[in-house]
Order: sequence, then C-alpha cells, then structure tokens
Amino acid sequence: MSAAVTDHEHDHEHHDHKPSGIKRWLYTTNHKDIGTMYLVFALIMFFIGGAMAMVIRAELFQPGMQFVEPNFFNQMTTVHGLIMVFGAVMPAFTGLANWMIPMMIGAPDMALPRMNNWSFWILPFAFLILLISLFMPGGGPAFGWTFYAPLSTTYSGDSTALFVFSVHIMGISSIMGAINVIVTIFNLRAPGMTWMKMPLFVWTWLITAFLLIMVMPVLAGAVTMVLTDKYFGTSFFDAAGGGDPVLFQHIFWFFGHPEVYIMILPAFGIVSSIVPTFARKPLFGYASMVYATSSIAILSFLVWAHHMFTTGMPVAGALFFMYCTMLIAVPTGVKVFNWVATMWRGAMTFEVPMMFALAFIVLFTIGGFSGLMLAITPADFQYHDTYFVVAHFHYVLVTGAVFSIIAAAYYWLPKWTGFMYDEKLGQWHFWCSLISVNLLFFPMHFVGLAGMPRRIPDYALQFADFNAFISIGGFLFGASQLLFVWLVVKCARGGEKATAQVWEGAEGLEWEVPSPAPYHTFETPPHVK
Amino acid sequence: MALKHQPLTVKLAVIALAMFGFGFALVPLYDVFCDLTGLNGKTATTAATADAAQIDISREVVIEFIARPNKQMPWIFEPEVRRMTVHPGEIHIMNYLAENPTGRFIVGQAVPSVSPGQAALYFHKIECFCFTQQKLDAGKNMLMPLQFYVDPALPSQFSTITLSYTLYDVTNGWTESTAESTQLGE
Ligand code: HEM
Ligand SMILES: [Cu+2]
Repeated sequence: MSAAVTDHEHDHEHHDHKPSGIKRWLYTTNHKDIGTMYLVFALIMFFIGGAMAMVIRAELFQPGMQFVEPNFFNQMTTVHGLIMVFGAVMPAFTGLANWMIPMMIGAPDMALPRMNNWSFWILPFAFLILLISLFMPGGGPAFGWTFYAPLSTTYSGDSTALFVFSVHIMGISSIMGAINVIVTIFNLRAPGMTWMKMPLFVWTWLITAFLLIMVMPVLAGAVTMVLTDKYFGTSFFDAAGGGDPVLFQHIFWFFGHPEVYIMILPAFGIVSSIVPTFARKPLFGYASMVYATSSIAILSFLVWAHHMFTTGMPVAGALFFMYCTMLIAVPTGVKVFNWVATMWRGAMTFEVPMMFALAFIVLFTIGGFSGLMLAITPADFQYHDTYFVVAHFHYVLVTGAVFSIIAAAYYWLPKWTGFMYDEKLGQWHFWCSLISVNLLFFPMHFVGLAGMPRRIPDYALQFADFNAFISIGGFLFGASQLLFVWLVVKCARGGEKATAQVWEGAEGLEWEVPSPAPYHTFETPPHVK
Repeated sequence: MALKHQPLTVKLAVIALAMFGFGFALVPLYDVFCDLTGLNGKTATTAATADAAQIDISREVVIEFIARPNKQMPWIFEPEVRRMTVHPGEIHIMNYLAENPTGRFIVGQAVPSVSPGQAALYFHKIECFCFTQQKLDAGKNMLMPLQFYVDPALPSQFSTITLSYTLYDVTNGWTESTAESTQLGE
C-alpha cells in the first residue's frame, strides 16, 4: 500500500523532470514552456518594434528632415507595424492561450503538442528574415504594413521576396496555433466543462481561432499574388495586364478587418476574467458576452470596405459598409455595459491587473468612438490616411490589445512564477504608462483632424508643437515599459509566495492548482460541477 | 491519443486550404461583380453594337477625355479635344493622338477607366483603339479613333462622365503573331 503511494510520488517527480539547458526549450511539447516562449518572444518583439517607433518619433520631433532618409522612415513605419501586429500582439495572445486554456478547461496539455512546438519555433525565423531584409541593399519593405499594390509590386525593392516569405511563415504559424486551440477546446474539456461554463477567455480565443483559420490563408493568398505579380509576370493587380490595384485592397481588407478583431477578442476575454475577480462578483451577462463575441466575429466579415471608402464606390455600397460597421458598435457596447455592470456595487480593489483592465475599458471605448467617426463615409473622406486613423488604431491596439496583455501578465504572473510581483513598482508602471500613452496618442486626433497625413517623415510647420508633444509622450511611454521588464524579471526571481488562489475573488480551475503551476497539471481531469 | 484529434484537425486544415483557394477565387469573383455593377469603372473590352435606340435630345451629358502614358511609356498620347457635350444615344467619333518620339519600335496597350464607376455600364464603345494593341515605328505618329455613344438609360444623377486612358508599353510581351494588325491610322 505504502509502496504504491511512494511509487506514485516518484512518478510525479519523474514527470516534473525536464531536459535542462537549451534542449528543454527546443524540444519541449509542454504547453507551459511553449506559452512562456511565446510570451518572451512577444516581449522582445515589442521592444524591437518599439525601438522603430522611437526612430519614427525622433524624426517627427521637429519638422524638416533630421535623422533618417525618407525611404528608411518608410521602412520603419512598415516594419514597426508588421512586428507589432504579427510579432508582438498575436504571439502574446497565443502565449496566453497556451498557458491558460488547458488549465482553464482542465486539460493536461494542448491537443497537438508537437505541432505546438513547430508553430512556435518557426516564428523566430520569420522575424529574423524580416529584420535581415532591412539590411539588404535598397532596404527592407517600405510600402506600409498594408503593402498596397502597386507600391509592393511595381515600386518595391528587392527585399519584397523576403517580406512575402516571412509573412507566409507567420501565417503558417498562426494557423497551426489556431487549429491547436480549436482541437484542444473541442476535445479536451474536463467532464462537466460544458460550452456555457467555459471561461470567457476560452470562448473568445475559440472564436479568434476560427477567425484565424478563415483569414490568415487569404493573407497568404494576397502575398502570393504580390510575389507573382512582382517576379513572375502575372497581373492580378496591374491594370496594364487586365488586373486592378483596387482588387488588392479588397483582398487585403477581407483579411485585415477580421485581423483587427483577432487582436481584440482575446483582450475581451482577459478583461472579462479580471473584472469579476477584483469586483468580487460574477461576470454580468455571461451568455450575452458569448453571443456578442460571436456576432462581432460574424460582422467582421462584412465591413472590410470601410478601409476603402475613398477608392470610390457606389452610394449603396458605401451605405452598406457604413451601416454594417456601425452595427459592430452594438455588440461592443453590450460588452462595455456588462463590464460596468459587473463592477456595479462590487467590492472593488485596485491591484495592477484591475487598473490596466479599467484603463482598457475607458481607453478602448475612446478608440471605438473614433472608429465610429471613421465609419461615417463622408467624414472618412476627410479623416482617411491622416493621423486621426493613427490615433484610432493605437487607442484600440495599444490601450486596447497591449494593455489587456499587460493586465493578463500581472494577473497570471503569480500563477506562473509562484511569487507575487512588486505591487508598488506595478502601480508606477501603470501610472507612467497611462499618462504617457495619452500624451502620445491623444493629440494625434487633433493633428489628424487638422489634416496631417500619416506615413510622412516631414510635416507642415503648424503641426510642430503637437508633434514635439507627441514625441515626448512616445519616449516616456517607451521608457515606462522598461519598468515592466524589471518587474517581470524581479517576480520570476522571487518575492512574496503566492497562494494557489492568488487573488481573493479569483474563480476557475487555474486557481485550484498550486502556484507556481506544476509542470504537469490536470493529468487526471477534474470534475466541473 | 493523437488519433482522437485527427478528424477535427484534418477538417480545420481543409478549411484553411479552402480559404487559401477562396483568396484566389476573389479575383474572378471581383471581375464578375464589377462587370455586373460597373464598380471599378472598367468598360467592356469588346465592341458594342450601334443599335442606339433613339437620341435623347432633351438631355446633355459632358464627356471628359483624359489620356496618360504610363511612367515607363515614352509615347506622347493626347486626346484631340478635352471635353465634349453629347446627347445620349448620339454616336460620336473622337481621335487620340499618339506619337513615338523614341528611336525604336514600341507596342502600346491602352486601358480605359470610367469615372464615376457605375457610368461605365452606360458608356458604349463601338470601335476603340483600346480593343487591340497599337504599334508605332520610331518617330512615327498616328490618330487613334474611338467611336462611342452614351446609353439613353444612363441614370439621371450622372451629368458628366470622365473617360480616362492609361497607355502601357507592352513591347516586351509582343510578337507578330499575338497582335492582329489593325487598320486605324489615317
Ligand atoms: C467600434 C469599433 C470600430 C470601428 C467602427 C472601426 C472603424 C474603422 C474605420 C472606418 C477605419 C478606416 C479608417 C481609414 O483608413 O480611413 C479603421 C481603421 C483601423 N482600425 Fe478600426 N474600427 C473599430 C475597432 C477597431 C479595433 C477593435 C481594432 C483593433 C484592435 C481596429 C484597428 C484598426 C486599424 C489597425 C486600422 C487602420 C488600418 C490601416 O489603415 O493601417 N479598429 N477602423
Ligand atoms: Cu476595419
């Protein structure tokens, strides 16, 4: 009898044993290891992309050309966008999915662990290729992250082939990651974990994963067409050969709009996990959250041409896309309402994850409102391709997606490391980020409305003061993120021991395993009541 | 264990592959959609018949002509007149001047575009130099005619139609057999 027990214990220790050194990370199929690698990778990319943003803001600090050539400036805006979207935000969400989804649904690991290892390990190569292309003669891609034809076909440099190749790899990685998430959620839920009991983070990721497998292949198609137009004489987008450059924009935005929801739905899931914990109340309107997320995902396929109002389209078309776009604000509004209702009369405390989640709710909503302004077709003729658009998408992506990722990191760090992070340092990080991010992005609305175009290395003199102000905000925001790195390193090294539940109001399976979460969790599925 | 996941994994991979195909299917779909709606301002690539029902003299439509050689195209390319006022149903002939100022033989292809896009459906070309490739020897010039009429069914919100041609150098892809010679110059 006692032999059996020790045997079992021994077994457990054996399980926790992992190869050491680089091999552990190269060959690992463990969802926690892979999740960690994704998160670290995303953080590194966040800083590389951030360094490029610093170059952009340094150049724009004053009117006139100071530091870089226009062509290099364009490479910076292009690669900054590509890295932040595909290298920082998306891998960070995938990392969170890897870590949390199996623990949240009571699964021992992801369903396809080997594919999981592949989908991570091809990513560094994709970005290595993209970054190396910057050092080619003629420079890297300079046509904007949206790579509109004919900029990316007729007028692009020799590095375009590398760009296409690297986007293909990123796409394959995301598709594999998405398939893994879907199969895990469909097949590995613990007994009793019915669909409508799944935590919202799992729900939003499930829907995101479907969006990914629907649209990443379309992006792959678009880059392939650019490749063949440029190198193999096809004319998908070349009017001389019977093609049409506007077709490029349709294909790109058919991918592009769902893509922006890929970057925000998991954020909705994160905020829906954090707010109830710190309000110490169950989430208000769980079912309506699920339906709202699904309807946003479906609607996201019907609005792509709101990026193309100025290409000219029949009034009926413009009206269709305008109304569909505005319709998305309804389910989005439902979500904001539910978060506020969750807090209503809750016993709230304001630890760092909650602070970031609250900032998310307010600032993401501002981004939603500027989106609504852009959705008004005649107004968009004025706003299109100005800094107003830049302000809009940075509110939804930085104070939206990125803030949610930071909130998630604070929320789950104690579960990952077993130690509480330094609350005081975290609050510093929060307040510095909050203030600087608004100095950085809010004035962009004004210069945009006044007509300052985006993606231009120089500007008219009347925008000088605002731009200096924006740049200072940018440098401060960049510097504030160093606090975050310091905090994460500190927390990984030690600190106050975290309990299993970590947060007083936290509920869910991930809070039932000890902190730090053991290498293997839920090898026998828990029973969910 | 892995077997349990295989059916779903395969299904999802098939969806992804199908969506890759869908991206390419958007190309013909877009063309069909634009043909039906005139969305992208492309006019028909074949000749219209001249069975213009009747001339609507109560109405006038201004036609503006824009001609532009593409950046890599060295020809001089201009419309004879910049604008013309027509009655719907009336057949008109309009000439474009093309001149090859270089010292080499060049083949050109003009690609038309109509703005506003939907009016493309109502702009009919009976004869157009854009239907075929045009050739000019070094230093030569020619007049290239366009014969057209505006459909009387043109919706009333359109009072001006802009017809714009971009001329491309297609000498590279040209061989004697692919280009039927056309009898256009005067
Ligand atoms: C109520 C919700 C939203 C509405 C109504 C909306 C509307 C729009 C419109 C009309 C544009 C085109 C502006 C132009 O180029 O003239 C735009 C651009 C953009 N939006 Fe949104 N949006 C919404 C939410 C979001 C979200 C949640 C994200 C991402 C997380 C997002 C990311 C972007 C990006 C990245 C662009 C710029 C793309 C580019 O041209 O580079 N939007 N939005
Ligand atoms: Cu959009």
